[in-house]
Amino acid sequence: MNKRTINFFLVLSLLVSTTGIRAQDDDLLKLLGEEKPKKERIKYAFKSPRVINSHSMEFLNPGTMDFRILHRFGQVDQGYKNLFGLDQASMRMGFDFGVMQNLMFGFGRSTYKKELDAFLKYAPIRQSTGPWSSPVTVAFVSGITMDGLPWADPSRKNFFTSKLGYYFEAIIGRKFSETFSLQVAPTMVHRNLVATEATPNNVYALGVGGRLKLSQRVAFTWDYSHVFIGMPDSGYYHPLSVGFDIETGGHVFQLHFSNSTGMNERAFITETTGRWGKAEVRFGFNLSRVFQIKKNKKHKE
Amino acid sequence: MKNYFVLAAAVLLFSFSATAQKYFTKTGKISFDATTSSSPEKIEGVNKTSTCVLDTKSGAIQFAVLMKGFLFERALMEEHFNENYVESNKFPKAEFKGAISNNDAVNYSKDGTYAVTVKGKLTMHGVTKDVETPGKLVVQGGKIQATATFNALLADYSVSIPGLVADKVAKTAKIGVDCSLELLK
Repeated sequence: MNKRTINFFLVLSLLVSTTGIRAQDDDLLKLLGEEKPKKERIKYAFKSPRVINSHSMEFLNPGTMDFRILHRFGQVDQGYKNLFGLDQASMRMGFDFGVMQNLMFGFGRSTYKKELDAFLKYAPIRQSTGPWSSPVTVAFVSGITMDGLPWADPSRKNFFTSKLGYYFEAIIGRKFSETFSLQVAPTMVHRNLVATEATPNNVYALGVGGRLKLSQRVAFTWDYSHVFIGMPDSGYYHPLSVGFDIETGGHVFQLHFSNSTGMNERAFITETTGRWGKAEVRFGFNLSRVFQIKKNKKHKE
Repeated sequence: MKNYFVLAAAVLLFSFSATAQKYFTKTGKISFDATTSSSPEKIEGVNKTSTCVLDTKSGAIQFAVLMKGFLFERALMEEHFNENYVESNKFPKAEFKGAISNNDAVNYSKDGTYAVTVKGKLTMHGVTKDVETPGKLVVQGGKIQATATFNALLADYSVSIPGLVADKVAKTAKIGVDCSLELLK
């Protein structure tokens, strides 16, 4: 090969390399380099901060209020005489507030036992992707309930604290995919006063709740609590609710069947009297309407 | 032989100068507005972390934007936007790749305001469509301010609006672009 040919190839290779640079123009954005993966919170594991009865791993957005109207009708096995339970209704009205992405509180009142309840929910760990991420959300709920009924026995000395009950709950949940989320929730319920000496004050249960998204706006949900310790020998059962979440714009309707009447942790974990096997279930719905009470100014300059 | 080296040097110089003629931003503002007269509230989102690169030599211009980066006044709207309308998990990015058709009319070395026409392909929600829009370039002190507004028919990008809210969300979204581009070194 003579010098001339070498030079020719040298120039040719230079030309090729420079045209190579120009060919990159097809994807100008690559010039900025790849973005470093950022830690990103996994959102919307459940449509609502409640699975059905239980708290879910999801939180309200900061600055929003969730107005919740819950209805539980009578037992389906009552037949047509009571329109399959629809003649009777028990309800709970509640207001929940989102403070931070991982902190919320709320209160409500149920017709059942005229009970007031309030809770505080906090998640130290949220499920996320990217560096330093967590595969699960871990949340803690602490709640208090107050019985509003007159004293069962006014003749004895009654204490205000006897009306109170407490519950403590840890929720470990994961959104496995766009369609499937699952959570477990060990729960402890303490009642200051119980009906008989044989009834334990403390009840320990494990909740299992999940969601299977059927379409963009409809999801199948289930919510079960297994009471391990403190279940009375007869008359009480493990609460199980199954239903559908239907989202219509600003509302989430949770339509379901459940064997419990109670709509707070104390009531549905310790006082569920229906049996699924005997069709002692009730139709019920939760209506959730989220209001933005503090507007997000982040997008404004 | 000498000629070859001159040619090579020229080509090299040319290619170096070509690489120095790109402008970019990582904090571009892209907004959209799908409010109609019957909307109960403003339906608008803003993304301030859009990336954009402009090649002043060829007039090629490209945008990329992460759908999850759109912020809304109402959290629920943001949830619906990501979950139901644009499906951000499935289609995380929207991209525009195109060129300024009248790039020769812009003198990038001279401060001034230039009207341009941008033509290209917009990919959003997994669908690519041709887009053509007038825009404005303001060259000032070595920076370029690029602005444009155009309409995108949501149905074109398979974004479906459920019947219940069909009259509350506009069929076409007004998309605004506002990027301040700096020289890419």
